[in-house]
Amino acid sequence: MTLLAVENLTVSRGGLAVLEGVSFSLAAGHALVLRGPNGIGKTTLLRTLAGLQPALAGRISMPPETMAYAAHADGLKATLTVRENLQFWAAIYATDTVEAALDRMNLRALEHRAAMSLSAGQKRRLGLARLLVTGRPVWVLDEPTVSLDAASVALFAEAVRAHLAVGGAALMATHIDLGLAEAEVLDLGPFKARPPEAGGHRGAFDHDFDGAFL
Amino acid sequence: MSIWEYANPVKFMQTSGWLLPWVVGATVLTLVPGLVWGFFFTPVAAEFGATVKVIYVHVPAATLAINIWVMMLVASLIWLIRRHHVSALAAKAAAPIGMVMTLIALITGAFWGQPMWGTWWEWDPRLTSFLILFLFYLGYMALWEAIENPDTAADLTGVLCLVGSVFAVLSRYAAIFWNQGLHQGSTLSLDKEQHIADVYWQPLVLSIGGFGMLFVTLLLLRTRTEIRSRRLKALEQRERMA
Amino acid sequence: MIALLARDLRLAIRAGGGFGLGLAFFLIVVTLVPFGVGPQGEILARIASGILWLGALLACLLSLDRIFALDFEDGSLDLLATAPIPLEAVVTIKALAHWITTGLPLVLAAPLFAVLLHLPGPAYLWLEVSLLLGTPALSVLGTFGAALTVGLKRGGLLLSLLVLPLYVPTLIFGAELVRRGAEGMAIEVPLTMLAGITAATVALVPFASAAAIRVNLR
Repeated sequence: MTLLAVENLTVSRGGLAVLEGVSFSLAAGHALVLRGPNGIGKTTLLRTLAGLQPALAGRISMPPETMAYAAHADGLKATLTVRENLQFWAAIYATDTVEAALDRMNLRALEHRAAMSLSAGQKRRLGLARLLVTGRPVWVLDEPTVSLDAASVALFAEAVRAHLAVGGAALMATHIDLGLAEAEVLDLGPFKARPPEAGGHRGAFDHDFDGAFL
Repeated sequence: MSIWEYANPVKFMQTSGWLLPWVVGATVLTLVPGLVWGFFFTPVAAEFGATVKVIYVHVPAATLAINIWVMMLVASLIWLIRRHHVSALAAKAAAPIGMVMTLIALITGAFWGQPMWGTWWEWDPRLTSFLILFLFYLGYMALWEAIENPDTAADLTGVLCLVGSVFAVLSRYAAIFWNQGLHQGSTLSLDKEQHIADVYWQPLVLSIGGFGMLFVTLLLLRTRTEIRSRRLKALEQRERMA
Repeated sequence: MIALLARDLRLAIRAGGGFGLGLAFFLIVVTLVPFGVGPQGEILARIASGILWLGALLACLLSLDRIFALDFEDGSLDLLATAPIPLEAVVTIKALAHWITTGLPLVLAAPLFAVLLHLPGPAYLWLEVSLLLGTPALSVLGTFGAALTVGLKRGGLLLSLLVLPLYVPTLIFGAELVRRGAEGMAIEVPLTMLAGITAATVALVPFASAAAIRVNLR
């Protein structure tokens, strides 16, 4: 079953197209890793898929209420405890429990610590535990493994694998090899937007504009 | 041919470039005679003295101050609904003109009020409303300046203009309620019988027309400048991308 | 949505000074006024309602820039925008949390501070009524200003410039209600206008705020 299908998508940053003609589909039980050099537009693509910014062109089809997005920043509140942080998101997504998430991301021992006293890696683990309490099948993850050590990366890979096994799907932008044998890789290099002179997408303000003066 | 074609920057630049000399001509032909007639060829009213002649600047500026905000509201709505860049830039270009007109109305009003009422400033509803309008212009312009991305700035100032318009009208009625004023009624009104004699009225209408044309001239010039600078920004950005 | 309100209130308490800071500022304004205008009771009594309303307004302004800024910086705002509750509800809850932490304490403390300014006896009731009716509008309009300036590094001053003109009708009708109430004049017009402005503001402005947030997250 296809959970997410992207057709001929053009995404923009600051009014300029960065990626164009991106097409892929993601079925239940599959993971897709986005690769590409810095600045190619991985974050822009993921934010567009998350609905935070409009696409310039193309189509995104995804059943409603299926996606959970995790950005660079974890969205943690420093003065709340680990449990309170998770409970908040569980309430927002109307799922009942945070216990499984605490266990799976190995946060049980830190349960009552305030988020500000966590190390960077521990914070990241908490941020990823948030995905588990959303109960959403499609995970859209931006650099999920930043500041994780090898053991935590393995832990995360295990969580992703378990998620795929129950019919979930994951779309990730990452440079690290997660050891997920089943993950497909999509190199974004070929989708880099062409400049307008070469027939690429014109920014809204460029449209039909050349030749007016200059 | 649809009117929206003029919302295309290219079409706008061509049309406004062709129109500009005519508009400048019309401005000179209405503003200069209007002011000269008003200042030098109207009789001095006994009970008002010569200061009354400031009316030929005061009333047109005040009329414009309000109408420019209305024009900005319409332009903002067009941008928010139809996403025409020229419309957003025209709203941006109009704001400083409107602010200056408000300021002129306030200052000339003070010069007029001093001999008439014996005070430079009075917390009269009309004066108060203009002061508040001035603050709205300031806030609107400051928001344009503060935001880097031009499309974001256009969207946010558009929303501010919408909400601000509602509150500007509310403030006006609140101010009337708060302090029934001593300002005379509107100088020009269609439904009531004329307040002032024709000898004063005719040059005044000409001056208002002149100020209106002046606004159109300045608006076209400034919008053209905004379009050019926006275009320049887009080119620079593209350069960096390549 | 209740979870969001509970979280915001909890954060305000744990951050320290969430409730107290606005109140302390209000007290300072009230204390400084007599130094400026002189200690004569009859002068203070005349201007008391206006000073109390101005103080409430400025105290409210003080904490506005924090409504969205913290959530924007730590990424929660992105996550909330992709969460299954509408952004309009998020901004409304944020405004409510701001009112509970700022507006409500001001309403409760105002009679106490009014004593310092010799507010005449009959005015107390109307002071409470006007603040209770008016301060929610201040919080909602403040949320709108905060939503416009959320992406800006130094948005604080700009925020005041944008929000204060929007406060004019509420201030006029609020202070006028207290004045007329104290003098035994008819209060129907300012009362209904104040209530009407607040009701309309609470009902409509969150849509503008949510739109501004969406633009700023883009």
